Amino acid sequence: MNKRTIVPIGPYHALQEEPEFFKLHVEGEKVVHLDIELGYNHRGIEKLSESKTFEETIFLVERICGICSTSHPLACVQAVEDAGEIPVPERALFIRSAVGELERIHSHLLWLGLAGHFIGFNTIWMWAWRFREDVLNILELITGNRNHYGMMKPGGVRRDINKTDIPAISKLLDSLQDPIKLFRDAVVQDPLIHARTKGIGILTREKAQDYGALGPTARASGYDIDVRRDHPHAAYPMLDFDVITCEKGDVFDKAVVRILEMFESIRIIQQCLTQLEKSGGPVDSNPKTVPAGEGIGFYEAPRGEVFHYVRSDGSNRPIRHKVRAPSFMNVPTNRETVLGATVADATIILAAVDPCYCCTERMAVAVGHHDGERLLNARDLMRLSCEKTDRLMAETGLRGPSLPDFQRE
Amino acid sequence: MNRTINALTRSLNVFHLAGSACNNCDIEILDALTPRYDLERFGITLVGSIRHADVLLVSGVFNRKAAIRAMELLEQAPKPYLVLGIGGCPCTGLMFRNSYNWDRPPSDYMNIDAFVPGCPPKPEAIISAVVKVVEGLRSGALVPRCLQDATELAETPEAAGTV
Amino acid sequence: MDKFDIITTIQRQLGDRILAVQRKSDQRIYIEITPQSVQEASRLMLDEFAARLQIATGVDTSNGYEVMYHWALDNEGFVITLRVLLDHASAELDSIALMCPAAEWIEREMWELLGIEFNGHPDLRHLLLADDWPEGNYPMRHNHEVTT
Repeated sequence: MNKRTIVPIGPYHALQEEPEFFKLHVEGEKVVHLDIELGYNHRGIEKLSESKTFEETIFLVERICGICSTSHPLACVQAVEDAGEIPVPERALFIRSAVGELERIHSHLLWLGLAGHFIGFNTIWMWAWRFREDVLNILELITGNRNHYGMMKPGGVRRDINKTDIPAISKLLDSLQDPIKLFRDAVVQDPLIHARTKGIGILTREKAQDYGALGPTARASGYDIDVRRDHPHAAYPMLDFDVITCEKGDVFDKAVVRILEMFESIRIIQQCLTQLEKSGGPVDSNPKTVPAGEGIGFYEAPRGEVFHYVRSDGSNRPIRHKVRAPSFMNVPTNRETVLGATVADATIILAAVDPCYCCTERMAVAVGHHDGERLLNARDLMRLSCEKTDRLMAETGLRGPSLPDFQRE
Repeated sequence: MNRTINALTRSLNVFHLAGSACNNCDIEILDALTPRYDLERFGITLVGSIRHADVLLVSGVFNRKAAIRAMELLEQAPKPYLVLGIGGCPCTGLMFRNSYNWDRPPSDYMNIDAFVPGCPPKPEAIISAVVKVVEGLRSGALVPRCLQDATELAETPEAAGTV
Repeated sequence: MDKFDIITTIQRQLGDRILAVQRKSDQRIYIEITPQSVQEASRLMLDEFAARLQIATGVDTSNGYEVMYHWALDNEGFVITLRVLLDHASAELDSIALMCPAAEWIEREMWELLGIEFNGHPDLRHLLLADDWPEGNYPMRHNHEVTT
């Protein structure tokens, strides 16, 4: 069993910002080494941004990632505002927070569905994505689009939320509570999901800090960071919310953190809506120029902190625009979590940092195919993962999460 | 209509070939398959390998690193197959076409049969594209470009039918 | 420890290796240091303040390459940016990847896109660009031209 097999995963698993190519080096069933190769999604956005005006840059960074299409613009406009000391009306801050939190709910539901798909429960996938559509409806109501909202601009937001729409939005949000509770119970109380995810892919607190892990990946390990609380921005200093943390840092904890965060997000949005209903005023300070200077902006995206650095020389274009997405820091932690795990668990461990890749989006391309290497493709991996679930079912007599007949009025 | 092409008008196996995309089109493709839009009820399912595919959904621009892999992959697709360019990126490259890592328009090295523009196109648009392509195949107005002689291939995306 | 104490500690520890201190706002502080003291300063940030390396930014300016290490102090709620100016002719720095694993990819990316050498980096190879990317072609430099 000493022969070393290389299992390539990737390069394409399209549901994340950065398609990656993982090479799992395995001996028997154990993963002994992990190679991570990036670059399949490198579009040179930082350089492109230097050729765009500050207004256009927002649309460019929106297209860094379709899932974080509020987080990047929000971090970017905050960097521009920091550089030029541009004031933002209070109403705009509440709208920013509300849209950002809606995005968090849809992103976490998306991840939850794919994680369920991964361990062989397609029911969770379909249910989670079905309720994600409700979130997209709210976003469409507020912003006019399902994704790529085009809401942020330096100095404010592009669209106000109509006061007449607020009761409807609030009602739609409340209707999300039940489905999320359903998922919480399905995941937290189900013994089979415990068997598949507890104690697997552990990231210790020390390692999380060393690697600079961010977002739910860090918080699941007890590394209590959240830039919404630590570095006040947008409307967060005026809102009441909890930062969810867990201790163990395994796949289960990462799922729990994300599910509980959705309840917090609903709380935050409801507070924002109350404020928006009470107050009025402009949503945009209409800055005409961005003075010379440099600025840093960040925002707690669903996956962790998004970082933007902008330098302006007083013209209408940035002379340097640095972007750091959270996965850039989170993905290297896989080198710690996946070692010693079995191949059947590797898929869910690699997915747990929320690169949220789905088997169906991946493929194995035989790069460097030499003797002694056996190539498994995504289907094989998925099969292995599902077989393990079946095996556990047979051994323990447990059944998958039973999703009750869930009727919405 | 010959029998080979007839196979393309039934339940389709879809493979999803994402380039250096922002993932939004990919998510909208999955959205079209999940319960709200539910293309699966027509037997349209996502498959994990290009060797099982009838239709390739291409999304995003392809950078220099990804384009080589995409070309390698396309050779593994069983004929006849259809290629659908989903989103604005495969059509024109949108805002990424001036990038240092931009390779070429995907239509230069892929026989893209239909384009679905939009950033991202809504699931309704994707469904509408599938319907139009199937209708085109049935009426004979659309012949899969992978079956056409290579020399007849049009060079520009405009020559392909935009849905 | 409050902000004032932290800045005083940094000034005391680094002494004349600090070239300039700029307090942009309550939450943003920029400190320019000499290129030779990058490792020492990073060690200080890690050990003394348990700071988190957010990212390093490299800029090609007319005076040379400017490298900025953005350190977040999450408990105190502000960001310290350590700024280093390198001559165009000698674009090299000491790597901090060994003391701070988070820096490994950050330095690889900067080496690849801006062409700054990191001495002592464990694994300096292409991260983002194609395998056959031409040697000495650094897209983030200002004289770079798109070759397609």
